[in-house]
Amino acid sequence: MTTDVPAAPATATMSYVYAVGRAGPALDAAARGLAGPADGPLRTVASGPLAALVSSVPADAYGEEGLRARLADLTELAALARAHHAVVDAAYARTTVLPLRLATVYLDDARVRAMLDERGPAFAQALGRLEGQVELGVKVYADPRAAAAAEPEPQAAEDPATAGRTPPEPGAPGPGRAYLRQRRQQRRRHQDAYRAAGAVAAGIRDRVATIALDRVAHRPQQGELAGAAGENIANDAYLVPARRVREFRRALAGAADGLPGVRVELTGPWAPYSFATPPPPAAPGEPR
Amino acid sequence: MSDSLAGRMGPGTPASPYGGQGSSANLADILERVLDRGVVIAGDIQINLLDIELLTIKLRLLVASVDKAKEMGIDWWEHDPSLSSRARPPQQVAGPPETTPAGQQLALENARLRAELAELRAAARPQDLPHPDPAREEER
Repeated sequence: MTTDVPAAPATATMSYVYAVGRAGPALDAAARGLAGPADGPLRTVASGPLAALVSSVPADAYGEEGLRARLADLTELAALARAHHAVVDAAYARTTVLPLRLATVYLDDARVRAMLDERGPAFAQALGRLEGQVELGVKVYADPRAAAAAEPEPQAAEDPATAGRTPPEPGAPGPGRAYLRQRRQQRRRHQDAYRAAGAVAAGIRDRVATIALDRVAHRPQQGELAGAAGENIANDAYLVPARRVREFRRALAGAADGLPGVRVELTGPWAPYSFATPPPPAAPGEPR
Repeated sequence: MSDSLAGRMGPGTPASPYGGQGSSANLADILERVLDRGVVIAGDIQINLLDIELLTIKLRLLVASVDKAKEMGIDWWEHDPSLSSRARPPQQVAGPPETTPAGQQLALENARLRAELAELRAAARPQDLPHPDPAREEER
């Protein structure tokens, strides 16, 4: 980790910005209560009515080279992401802040102030919109295997009189037919689970329509990082007034009852990452 | 601004509404938020934005294909310079398709085709075969 950086002395630091909020005692208290992620304490950098939540980070580790190396390693990326999130999360528990994207780094505090000045009106507007709101995540999974596990054995499900391993009647299914039937059931379960999950996802949107102020559809999670059984078919984020979080939870209760192939997962409350930037009115193709 | 912590939690809720997410939250949930969401400003360290853009694409590829690819024994991401520091340094890249060497592309394509084939087979088999006793097959 210790390298010779000719241009930068060992003490050189830069300013890593986690979030922006309104300047004031609440944000100051949030900064005081938080330790930086092994990179020194947090502080607020204020300009006018706004302040940024900042920590000084070593220039070598967070300069272009350092960051590139960190972001290229999934383990380091994960650590950085968790540290960033921990600060945003703790700050948001105290006061409304706009989370900045991971690894937003400025050369010094003066540059942070310049950024606050430049974007002040937009920040203030967004902060006003998010005041008192939290983000809740709702993921719906289709899990045909869970549905299969919940079903009784195919043979046992049929007429109890013919249940058993050796069907005596001539019309009874042989191994080939049994196989086909099994495949067919599998396929039906698969379809049922996906159809039901889609219906549950749509039903949830209806259930919370009067509670949530906004909704953003994230890309469904797949693969190893997602780490959940079944397939994620809906991954929504909702903007919900903090005082209505319980109501929101209650509204979800029973959404997948009687559907063993469907699972609903609620995460949060989150700081409103997904709503920090208002959606562009109608500018297709515009970079975010 | 009067909406302090107490105000935002509603009656009877525990001290912090965020207690559950700080450390225990699922990495995929966190990554999609800190990489894809939040306010995006170009800081002074310009390269990171570009890197993250690229990285996000890579992560998407990774999470989208890792299960299927692993089943097929493909692990190109472990040799991908933008996902592993052990791999060779990155050369000039224009986008995800170009960053994947031809052999890996072939392997991926192969995996995709195999998966598709398996799916088609699974879908076609029960229906295409003749059913001497449709009533029985139709039963639940």
